[in-house]
Amino acid sequence: MSAPAVWQRQPAVEPAAAGARRVPGPVVMALREFRFWLVNYRRTWKGTIYSSVLNPVLYLGAMGLGLGKLVDQHGQLGRLGGVSYLVFLAPGLLAAAAMETAMGESTYPVLGSVKWLKTYYAAAAAPLRPRDIFHGHLMFTTMRLIMNCAIFLVVMSAFGAVKSAWVLAALPVAVLTGLAFAAPIEAFAITRDKDSSFAALFRFGMIPMFLFSGTFFPVSQLPAWIRPLAYVTPLWHGVALCRSLSLGTADLAGSLVHVGYLLALAAIGIAVGQRTYRRRLYV
Amino acid sequence: MPAPDILVRAHELTKRFGQFTAVDAISFELRQGEAFGFLGPNGAGKSSTMRMIGCVSPPTGGELSILGMDPVADGPAIRSRLGVVPQEDTLDVELTVRENLLIYGRYFGLPRAVIADRTDRLLDFVQLTERGNDQVEPLSGGMKRRLTIARSLINDPEILLLDEPTTGLDPQARHVVWDRLFRLKQQGVTLILTTHYMDEAEQLCDRLVVMDGGKIAAEGSPRELIDQYSSAEVLELRFHPSEHDQAAEKLRDVPAERMEVLADRVLLYVPDGDAALAAAGDLGLEPLTSLVRRSTLEDVFLRLTGRRLED
Repeated sequence: MSAPAVWQRQPAVEPAAAGARRVPGPVVMALREFRFWLVNYRRTWKGTIYSSVLNPVLYLGAMGLGLGKLVDQHGQLGRLGGVSYLVFLAPGLLAAAAMETAMGESTYPVLGSVKWLKTYYAAAAAPLRPRDIFHGHLMFTTMRLIMNCAIFLVVMSAFGAVKSAWVLAALPVAVLTGLAFAAPIEAFAITRDKDSSFAALFRFGMIPMFLFSGTFFPVSQLPAWIRPLAYVTPLWHGVALCRSLSLGTADLAGSLVHVGYLLALAAIGIAVGQRTYRRRLYV
Repeated sequence: MPAPDILVRAHELTKRFGQFTAVDAISFELRQGEAFGFLGPNGAGKSSTMRMIGCVSPPTGGELSILGMDPVADGPAIRSRLGVVPQEDTLDVELTVRENLLIYGRYFGLPRAVIADRTDRLLDFVQLTERGNDQVEPLSGGMKRRLTIARSLINDPEILLLDEPTTGLDPQARHVVWDRLFRLKQQGVTLILTTHYMDEAEQLCDRLVVMDGGKIAAEGSPRELIDQYSSAEVLELRFHPSEHDQAAEKLRDVPAERMEVLADRVLLYVPDGDAALAAAGDLGLEPLTSLVRRSTLEDVFLRLTGRRLED
């Protein structure tokens, strides 16, 4: 049996057509990397759905219903904005879940792609540019954020933890909160050779934010001197906005400040990531 | 304007990493349809050169033109017409063989039907058809290499870049890869490969440059290089370690074009190996083993750099 011809195209120095130098637009290029992540995700999506459902069920059950009953009985409902603890807590956890999803998707998967599996280098040897690879990965992170936050909202409604139809607007806000983490962290993760800094990021970044950015109790409960620290965390902005939408108490000016802050962080992350990806992949 | 059949042209191409000069002002041309090799030891600058041609490493100095385009300005357009087999596998080992070809084909924006059609052909070519739906992780090193070669052909490239295609493979797997690359060559593929295996260079390259310390030490076909830098035959003599130095000294009396004293052997570069062996016997030398062989690129490299290729 003769080998099949696997070589067909004859090379040419002269660009074959006038548009030989033209390449597809940045969105098309990023979508190619996004589709790589989709193919990859086909193997693991089921497991991720289980945990996306289980996570809010456990937290809302234990903290919202269990702990919440105690909190509500000792009633200082005024401090929680006149709602039950479950209703107070749920939108905070939504924003926190977005942060958690973002950090999961933007740390080890990035390092793995550049260090362990080296799949980023495969994409870089193909027509994709470093920024396309970055954008495509960020698109996939965004998709995972939309999925997880949407599931969270469904569970939240099932728990009766929703007060206003405005809660639907909390979905894009939670996704944006996630991106305010994902973009800068991916920009950072691509510069790493070891995963040790990720553990520090989780321990000294994510967990303190999770606990002290207004997720479980109003930041007003903190000593006055430490509150500004909470206000500069992206999670606080996400929590505050998600909560005000869920409770139907959002005002335009405050919302714009929160959105602007989160957008700025995401934009800075994207700008920096374009550089750090290039520096790492084009040596 | 470059001559139309020159696909890659480098002029004083240089790559520096901080103070270290990896590629030091090298010039070469790749012609259509030829198999062009960079032969040299580790650290000679071969991979850095390959990465510059692959448009993933901006040159520090000099000129480089690929398919008539500038690698920095037109990287994506050039890369869409290249096939790349990197030194280290960059397969997604968690996916199947076919999925790897699918995602790679998509990087080039190829329609699914085209990818499917080429996947069948390419898996047949690299003898992996039966493993198409298997995960990549458990495949042997040789199979992964062959898959990487198949993957590099998914976009029907005009130039194939192979960076140390068989490094790390056992001899049998290496021969299977060589066989496939040789078939590609027979089909008229234009390819550039780097290697530190002289047999690989001899088998696959029409023309090659010997690189050492970031510079090109010599250029030509394997035959030309051997003719120019070595003798027709080589006599290899091995002595008892206690007699090695003395014997080497005595051998200077045997007429030879050149002599190399290695740690464990003495090499005599001569027109007629058997005659030289007889002459050594006449001097009263009794080597433990002797071997008369033809010159190889290894000898060329030794002559040019004073060192061996594989250490």
